[in-house]
Amino acid sequence: MIEVDGLSKRYGSTVAVDGLSFTVRPGRVTGFLGPNGAGKSTTMRMMIGLDRPSGGSVRIDGRHYRDLDRPLRRVGALLEARSTHPGRGARAHLRWLAQTNGLPASRVGEVLEQVGLTAAAGRRAGGFSLGMAQRLGLAAALLGDPPVLLLDEPVNGLDPEGIVWLRSLVRDLAAQGRTVLVSSHLMAEMALTAEHLVVISRGRLLADTTVAEFVAEHAGSHVRITTPDAARLRQVLGAAGVRVTDAADGAVEAHGVGTERIGELVAANGVVVHEIGMRTASLEEAFMRLTGGGER
Amino acid sequence: MRALRAAVLAELTKARTVRSTWWSLGIAVVLSIGLSGLLSLSLRDAPLAPGTVWDPVRFGYFGVTIGLIVLVVFGVLLVSTEFTTGTISASLAAVPRRGVFLGAKALAGTAIALVVSVVIGFGAFLLAQPLLGERGTTLGEPGVLRAVLGACTFLTLMSVFAMGLAAILRSTPLCLGILIPVLFLNSQGLANLPAIRAVTQFLPDQVGLVMMSGVAQPADGLGHTDFGPGAATLILLGWALAALAGGFVAVHRRDA
Repeated sequence: MIEVDGLSKRYGSTVAVDGLSFTVRPGRVTGFLGPNGAGKSTTMRMMIGLDRPSGGSVRIDGRHYRDLDRPLRRVGALLEARSTHPGRGARAHLRWLAQTNGLPASRVGEVLEQVGLTAAAGRRAGGFSLGMAQRLGLAAALLGDPPVLLLDEPVNGLDPEGIVWLRSLVRDLAAQGRTVLVSSHLMAEMALTAEHLVVISRGRLLADTTVAEFVAEHAGSHVRITTPDAARLRQVLGAAGVRVTDAADGAVEAHGVGTERIGELVAANGVVVHEIGMRTASLEEAFMRLTGGGER
Repeated sequence: MRALRAAVLAELTKARTVRSTWWSLGIAVVLSIGLSGLLSLSLRDAPLAPGTVWDPVRFGYFGVTIGLIVLVVFGVLLVSTEFTTGTISASLAAVPRRGVFLGAKALAGTAIALVVSVVIGFGAFLLAQPLLGERGTTLGEPGVLRAVLGACTFLTLMSVFAMGLAAILRSTPLCLGILIPVLFLNSQGLANLPAIRAVTQFLPDQVGLVMMSGVAQPADGLGHTDFGPGAATLILLGWALAALAGGFVAVHRRDA
């Protein structure tokens, strides 16, 4: 379990993380979602003590990361894919990591196998593609067989096959009862991987909910109507008690009704329409609306 | 203690598993010993500058300056590549107590530098002295073994000094941009300008020259200092510890 309590990080006058509080529970994949620059990476770096919080704290299973004895056995983190010396081989990188935490050397071969890097074990990490570097980072995170995993944008650089593999790996890890926090700036990716969502933007918490609730709440559907006489249409729909909003391109959006009812209303009132169509807002759109349109 | 021991082992593995360690230290050994031999061959009957007292140990070590530069580069790279390659994130995730991390790195780096320094110190001496001919000396002569051990200590502590500086500055070019001109310019000239010698004699490389001298230079001679080899060792130890202390503070305070 990861408990984030009032966490803040300021760089001069810039606020990267602004009073975040949430809890990541074991046994399920928690998606950590936000646009680029929302403060996800900074938050995850503070979780393992790489960056010092300006305020607040993070506890992992009740303790600060720096107080953990042999922390790789408690927490595995994939934060930056390229956190290896380019001149050092993959196996050597994992070997020194294992030594720091008194892990058996046999773990190195096991995790290389697990992430599919056995054939590249002797190659220098500088020659790795981003996807291979991600796999090496994942191997490092799994090295101590930790009950808590922090993965920052792990699908970056993976090919489609790798992405499918990673999704099932992450879900398996959670199913084994581990605490798994996976960040992404892609809502669709999170919808496929996570059960729980923590959504942040500009360093602030926007939502802490299940994926199902998030979808039900934010990804509503509506009827889209294009007409040469929008004012008249709004009047007719308003009189019938239908809630309407305006689309950016001048179309009218009607909420809480089906296309049949709209068709009947415009026919009965003689409104000319060019198109009546059912639209389902995608998760991506819901996410964009919630976070105010993405990057700062 | 167990954490520190494990971290030292890991740091030794880190150093061992990048090629730059091997080529830099290999070059240091070959060039230092080879150049010391060559220069000694030319010094066996060269006339001395007026006011200079012949010092077989120190004059036999001229080639070691090259080894010094490379050991300094090794010390810088050992630490700076943590920051330039992003390895520091992995290092501090594995060893979150930063004092233990930097302490382990310094201990491992010092051990490696010491081994290489002893090879250079004795190797260069044993090659250079016979080549100096009549002017050569042996380890049995008074003050000679002390000067040879002084050379080994000097090389080791300079590497440690470089590690500390790199932990403060984090940038390879910045560290080398400061260290190499200081090491070269000072030895080549600055230290002999009477107006500033009172200060420059305390700079690490000048202190090192005293440590590897078998004979003190007269007050008006080149390379004279106001202190002897014992004090010189303490001064250089002070430099190395100050740089490391600065490194500890920087690594503690700054985000990784």
